[in-house]
Amino acid sequence: MVGFIVSRLTQSALVLLVMSFLIYVLLGLMPGDPIDLMIGADPDVTAEDVARLKALQGVDRPIMERYANWLERVLVGDLGYSRLFSRPVLEVLVPRLAHSLVLMVVALVLSLAIAIPIGIYAARWPGSWTDQLINLVCFAGVSIPPFWLALLLILLFAVGLGVFPASGMATVSDGGLLDRAHYMVLPVLTLAFAGIAGYTRHTRAAMIEVMREDYVRTARSKGVAEYKVVWKHALRNALLPVVTISALDFGSLFSGALVTETMFAWLGMGKTIYDAVMGNDYNLALAGLLLATVVTLAANILADISYALLDPRITYRVERRG
Amino acid sequence: MASARNLDMSWRRFLRHRLALVSLVVLVTMAILIAFAPAIETGLGLDAEEVDLFARLAAPNPIHWLGTDELGRDLMLRLLHGGQISLFVGISAALASALIGSVLGLISGYHGGRIDAAVMRFADGVISLPLLPLLIVLAAVDPVKLGFPEAVAMSESFSVYRIIAIITLVSWPTVARLARAATLSIRHRTFVEAARAQGFGATRIMLRHILPNAASPILTAATLTVGNVILVESVLSFLGLGVQPPVPSWGNMLTGAQDLISEAPALAVWPGVLIFLTVIAFNLLGDGLQVALDPRHPTARGDSS
Repeated sequence: MVGFIVSRLTQSALVLLVMSFLIYVLLGLMPGDPIDLMIGADPDVTAEDVARLKALQGVDRPIMERYANWLERVLVGDLGYSRLFSRPVLEVLVPRLAHSLVLMVVALVLSLAIAIPIGIYAARWPGSWTDQLINLVCFAGVSIPPFWLALLLILLFAVGLGVFPASGMATVSDGGLLDRAHYMVLPVLTLAFAGIAGYTRHTRAAMIEVMREDYVRTARSKGVAEYKVVWKHALRNALLPVVTISALDFGSLFSGALVTETMFAWLGMGKTIYDAVMGNDYNLALAGLLLATVVTLAANILADISYALLDPRITYRVERRG
Repeated sequence: MASARNLDMSWRRFLRHRLALVSLVVLVTMAILIAFAPAIETGLGLDAEEVDLFARLAAPNPIHWLGTDELGRDLMLRLLHGGQISLFVGISAALASALIGSVLGLISGYHGGRIDAAVMRFADGVISLPLLPLLIVLAAVDPVKLGFPEAVAMSESFSVYRIIAIITLVSWPTVARLARAATLSIRHRTFVEAARAQGFGATRIMLRHILPNAASPILTAATLTVGNVILVESVLSFLGLGVQPPVPSWGNMLTGAQDLISEAPALAVWPGVLIFLTVIAFNLLGDGLQVALDPRHPTARGDSS
């Protein structure tokens, strides 16, 4: 087990290193140039000034050298300044990561709370018309463009009924807990929708498999009430891995959150990365992407480890070849 | 090779999957409408590109069946042209992913060892990354800095090919994994060993003996990929990083819709309906293929699905 964790950690560290280099190079290939942006508004700057500035900032050095310098600074916790916010990158990112996590956790809890009962219900009579209907709705859930769902929710609840605000995080004059919750409703619904579809299918599949097991038949044959068989015997075994894995599927949550945050002007990580890329804020974009990668990779490792711990049929032996 | 009897049985299983059948009909109808877009255009005597600022945001009427957009262009024709682009992007990127994924999956499954380890670790790496933020950076790269001549980078259709390329870059690993798994399961079967004993080369064995037997999962994955690509394309185009106007795509037609949502809700509804219908149709079709092509699938035996 320790070997398994170590090998997963090394592998992720390697992915992270490669990724950091790729992001660094890719961001360097975005339109514009930090020095040009810096002097954009000043007509008095001469060509020599530009060259001097470039040398001062090190932009004229080869890419490997610049990357090494940047990496060295990152490793001691210096992520640089954000151009858009004129503040250290970390000061911008940390509160925004918190905003994202709040949104993601609430959406996750909501979607699991809805998906698990539905999935169990569908698994009780596989092939019945309710099961087929649930299946179709799940397909709809994963096929709907998230931004369009957001548009529809805005159209219905903000423009039409006027019950929920169309964007933002809180009323300026209020900002209390209830007010914030009010602003969260539509973004959470948008983000939860795809999750519900996915988790329902996972739950259904896991429950169907478990209900075929011998110990479930044993429980039934010794006269345990059906609801007890389902909710106690079967559920515990079916759900633990499903919930763990689903909950740690941060990669797709992050992607979903980016769209949702952008649509509802929710100041989270996704929107920050989007704004930074669109606004040529190199330092912020770099740090944001790197943080998103770290969180996703960490969640993947946790999911793998807990899966191996929860399901004894999974071996943690490092796979050499098939 | 699947025999004629096998194909017949698969076809019958497919017919029993009613949702997949409906999806196929929906997609074929849509493809026909889109293919006849130019004919419809001349038939109605309209031009999809024609801007008419006096007819902005018109309600549906006998000339403009679905009304007009914020620049007075005919909405229905724009939807058909947008569909052309969205479907083209979806199918091209899915085909490219299927091709790259199959080749790499076959090679790493057949040869194993270092090649296998390298390809699969790379695929794992791509899959474990936060997809959308990565795509946004890829889409924001300046093509001129990559060495494309300015004339090419500025041309209207460039953004279409760029989006196909970057989506392919992140979607081949799924196909590669499936192709590899299928290859591993048949690599040591008797007919493959026989071909090897006869002295056939690795390429011939992979193409003639393994690929036909690995075709079902690849086909299913490719179908599901089309839906996914269309979804991702719409998100990127909506965010202003995919297909660039004036070339219409269902995604970029929704870009301005949020600001106009109280004046012209129809603009926010129609492109989304079409994206949704197309994506769900491809997903259901993929599901149907999975059931039809896999005789061991639980729902394949008898009971309806």
